[in-house]
Amino acid sequence: MIRQLFKYREMLLVVVIAILVAAFSTRSPGFARPANLANIFNDTSILIILALGQMTVILTKSIDLSVAANVAFTGMAVGMLNAAHPDLPLAAIVLVALGIGAVLGAINGLFVWKLGIPSIVVTLGTLTIYRGMAFVLSGGAWVNAHQMTEPFLQTPRQLFLGLPLLGWTAIVIVGIMYLIMSRTFLGRAIYASGGNPTAAVYAGIDVGRTRFYAFVISGTLAGLCAYLWVSRYAVAYVDIAAGFELDTVAACVIGGISTLGGIGTVAGAVLGALFLGVIKNALPVIDISPFAQMAISGSVIIAAVIFNARQERRRGRIILRDRGASEEIGVAA
Amino acid sequence: MKLLKKLILGSAFAVAMLATQAQAADTVKIGLVVKSLGNGFFEAANKGAQEAAKELGGVEVIYTGPTSTTAEGQIEVINALIAQNVNAIAVSANDPDALVPALKKAMARGIKVISWDSAVGKDGRIMHLNPSSNELIGKMCLQLAANHLKDGKGDFAILSATTTSTNQNTWIAEMKKQLPNFPGLNLVTTVYGDDLSDKSYREAQGILTSQPNVKVIVAPTTVGVLAASQAVADAKKIGDVYVTGLGLPSEMAGAIKSGVTKEFAIWNPIDLGYSATQIAYRLVKGETDGAPGSEIDAGRMGKIKVGENGEAAMADPFVYNATNIDQFSKIF
Repeated sequence: MIRQLFKYREMLLVVVIAILVAAFSTRSPGFARPANLANIFNDTSILIILALGQMTVILTKSIDLSVAANVAFTGMAVGMLNAAHPDLPLAAIVLVALGIGAVLGAINGLFVWKLGIPSIVVTLGTLTIYRGMAFVLSGGAWVNAHQMTEPFLQTPRQLFLGLPLLGWTAIVIVGIMYLIMSRTFLGRAIYASGGNPTAAVYAGIDVGRTRFYAFVISGTLAGLCAYLWVSRYAVAYVDIAAGFELDTVAACVIGGISTLGGIGTVAGAVLGALFLGVIKNALPVIDISPFAQMAISGSVIIAAVIFNARQERRRGRIILRDRGASEEIGVAA
Repeated sequence: MKLLKKLILGSAFAVAMLATQAQAADTVKIGLVVKSLGNGFFEAANKGAQEAAKELGGVEVIYTGPTSTTAEGQIEVINALIAQNVNAIAVSANDPDALVPALKKAMARGIKVISWDSAVGKDGRIMHLNPSSNELIGKMCLQLAANHLKDGKGDFAILSATTTSTNQNTWIAEMKKQLPNFPGLNLVTTVYGDDLSDKSYREAQGILTSQPNVKVIVAPTTVGVLAASQAVADAKKIGDVYVTGLGLPSEMAGAIKSGVTKEFAIWNPIDLGYSATQIAYRLVKGETDGAPGSEIDAGRMGKIKVGENGEAAMADPFVYNATNIDQFSKIF
């Protein structure tokens, strides 16, 4: 029953996205052209990858507000590394990006796991710390296009079967995340520790450690996105991706990932990100005032939350022990 | 003997302490408040401010600002400066009105307040130093657009920062006002990239797809002009669509080399920070009252005349192209 509901949710998103694309193409001919759709997917790749990291964390009943700051710090670090050592191979730079991202994610994870501080507080703190560190690292200076090497800038733009490597990276990450979430012990542990932490403990799952791993995954993906972001916009400065953490949360919420943890799928997060991507790419083309744009984005998110809340109410949580069930809902709310 | 030594040393130390304290009281402390830290433009302005401080002597420039471009962040910074008892505050405002109460409070405590680069309301400052006159900047932007078009005729679009940015809106208004002086030049649309690279990139992409007649994108903001250059390069439209506007040479060097931009303009931020510090110093020393009509000595920048509304203009914007980009990209 629940699985069917999920399918329904994702089908619904696919339908809504299709309707949006069709509606936008009436105002801007050529919007639905395959080349333009590929463009939109490519443009949304970074959001998709970050949303998958955010999803992993939200599933464990936590939140990672520091993803965008992680992107800024790691992006600045790899930008400066590339500028200072132009002969360093790209693979090494990507590895460094993944490493720094993972470490920053692990710091969040350790605070949540070992000190038991609520994740929203921890990541709100590290959000400012990481961005501040990016400033300290660079002294406020920018790393500009002409300081970066050709492979660093051009590799994600290489076309393969009509789609740039940036888009392919997102597809590969989606595949990996799907396998992790559905086929590994860690994936199941992530669902369990968010869905019902008490039961998870009885099932032999270390909830704290699972949350830690979720933060490490989110941080690593943010590290990857840091390189992709700097390379895509060909500039690294302290303010890159400012406010982007909210986009990742919005993508998850629209994609049906419950903010209370335990519910949500990889496909949902991807579709949620694509939904935002389509809107973001369409608004400049169909000539709407910038004030209306903000209002539209906001309303969509609220609508999605209302829809989520309604859907969650429909599912049963605990069949036996009525009293226990009401307590559980009380805690969750 | 030992005691004597200690005494001498101790009193010498005390005298030294007193001396530094006296010196500290004489030092003119100027708070240079910028829109946000970590912006190359303001880092360069700080360089100029430090240069002026060194030249004048006995001046300490406190370079500060919020980490993101918000008025709230600037109010906090201004309150902190008031608490530090600075002698003057020179601010580039994120919002013309929101800062006025905090700055009024500063002025009530005898702090000399000026704004530079981006103005605050008349009540919140003694005077405002424009990097250039808004009229000249508007004209320069139109001239740049015309220079990139064949015979100076054709369609162009503006890519701005946020919809509430004071200086951006003034320049756009000036451009619109002077448009009749450029026959054949046609402004198609104005879009806002919020000074975020991803949004600016998308807006530029939007112009490329929905306005195929647009041959020049004018972005009077450095994040915008960079993002638009990248969008044009990625769309493989170099040579077909040009990007120009206001940007820093070090940031624009790549765009000039790739051919997306033939030329762009900016005043010298080093000179701007230098002049703002000079003016703030003269005000603190009482050499001028900064009233409309007065002339203020600004060191190597010559005399700066305060016009109506207490606004002054520093100099004409400077045009950068392939011939001088290498030289200037090393400086700022």
